[in-house]
Amino acid sequence: MNLGELHRREYGRILASLIRAVKDFDLAEDALQEAFAVALAQWPAQGPPQNPVAWLISTARHKAIDQLRRRALAESKRDDIAALVAEEEDTPVPLDALRLIFTCCHPALAPEAQVALTLRTICGLATEEIARAFLVPTPTLAQRLVRAKAKIRGARIPYEVPGDDELADRLDSVLTVVYLVFNEGYAASFGAELVRADLCAEAIRLSRLLVELLPAEREPKGLLALMLLHDARRATRTDDEGAIVLLEDQDRSRWDRVKIAEGSALVEQALRGRPPGAYAVQAAIAALHAQAPSARATDWPQIAALYSVLVSLHPSPVVELNRAVAIAMADGLEHGLALLDTIHLSGYHLLPAARADLLRRLGRHAEAAAAYRHALGLVTNAAERRFLERRLAEVTHPTP
Amino acid sequence: MQYLLLCCFDETRWAQMPDAQKDKIMQEYDAFIQNIVKSGHFRASTKLQPTSMATTVREQHGQRITTDGPFAETKEQIGGYHLIECQDLDEALVIARRIPTLCVGGAIEVRPVVPPSER
Repeated sequence: MNLGELHRREYGRILASLIRAVKDFDLAEDALQEAFAVALAQWPAQGPPQNPVAWLISTARHKAIDQLRRRALAESKRDDIAALVAEEEDTPVPLDALRLIFTCCHPALAPEAQVALTLRTICGLATEEIARAFLVPTPTLAQRLVRAKAKIRGARIPYEVPGDDELADRLDSVLTVVYLVFNEGYAASFGAELVRADLCAEAIRLSRLLVELLPAEREPKGLLALMLLHDARRATRTDDEGAIVLLEDQDRSRWDRVKIAEGSALVEQALRGRPPGAYAVQAAIAALHAQAPSARATDWPQIAALYSVLVSLHPSPVVELNRAVAIAMADGLEHGLALLDTIHLSGYHLLPAARADLLRRLGRHAEAAAAYRHALGLVTNAAERRFLERRLAEVTHPTP
Repeated sequence: MQYLLLCCFDETRWAQMPDAQKDKIMQEYDAFIQNIVKSGHFRASTKLQPTSMATTVREQHGQRITTDGPFAETKEQIGGYHLIECQDLDEALVIARRIPTLCVGGAIEVRPVVPPSER
């Protein structure tokens, strides 16, 4: 394994162990950065050590001890140093990574700070990379990280896995962060590129870690399944020019069967027990789409039923919108159209876009055109805009 | 680590509440205070008179001006505070969530106190 790959795979786990040992985010990050720098200088010439992870941990710990000794001249940090020197372990403790995730996703931090901190510390992404992915200036993102770390220290946000009474709530906010990272990658809300694969991969990596560390919890499995099933279709969601290809028009032979199989198996596990979790139900819907041999063969009645379960678990106009579309496909377009007209979601382009699509399928082209124009007034993503413009052209100049 | 729990609530809503309900909340409050005294978290507590009793002093154009009323006109007003000693923020948040006046349009601001070594 080369150093870059090692950084990608082990950075978060190693950092988590260091943070627990030195009790200081910045000190642990600096020390680990230095250890990687030494590795970069030494390994190519001398060859990598036998156990690279253990080498990195112990080198980083010694860097931290040096740093603390230098500080100790001014302050009384001798107890910290003694504890650190006494510590012998040189493999990452899985529990440490879990602790770090819960600290980074603590509700006392602003949501955008939770996302940035998780990507920085657990995934080891550089500040510039995160800034680019979220289209914010690097100094803004750096500032966000500095503030979050200052609050962790100043307000003493604990470095631990919450107790049973709070675990469900806190896990919810962790999963929200992970899904946000995935969605930001999957459907970038601004800009030209529809899919930013690196963020999707990071989100999948994070949820794999959660599944591994919290084997008794069902929702991490549900979320991992949901993301794998979406990600399986990634290559077919846009054409060579970057234009959107709808689910029904995608080349199913190019879907990633390995991811679909893994996602489907996880859905089964995630759906065990009552009541079902919201991610598990969404994953079950995605599995039905992914398993359908053709668009026509999609099990729409079952999908509509699952959306009804989802509405009862998490009532929201966006879920109602999806349910209405599923009912349109299962029970008739007019039925779905009537349901859409009862939903209020101002400013959300997908509501008029869904209306437009049902009207187009019904052959009511003038009404469809008006709905497409409405959606075009609200859309922000460039690829989605081009798609809506194409559809608008189709209904205004229908080919005979 | 010490945390100050600044307890805000909607004075108007409180004033309009039937006495029986107020009594019930105040009983819950007594029990809450006794509980955090017993658990060793309690350091200090104060209940404030309403904001109609407040006077604010500020500086304007180099002059110290005195005005009637609280420093900010908001829907929620500070009604009191508790100073508690906790292991970390999570422990302080568990206590903050138990404050009975939260049901009267309230909000609790949890502020860590600067440790004596950093003052």
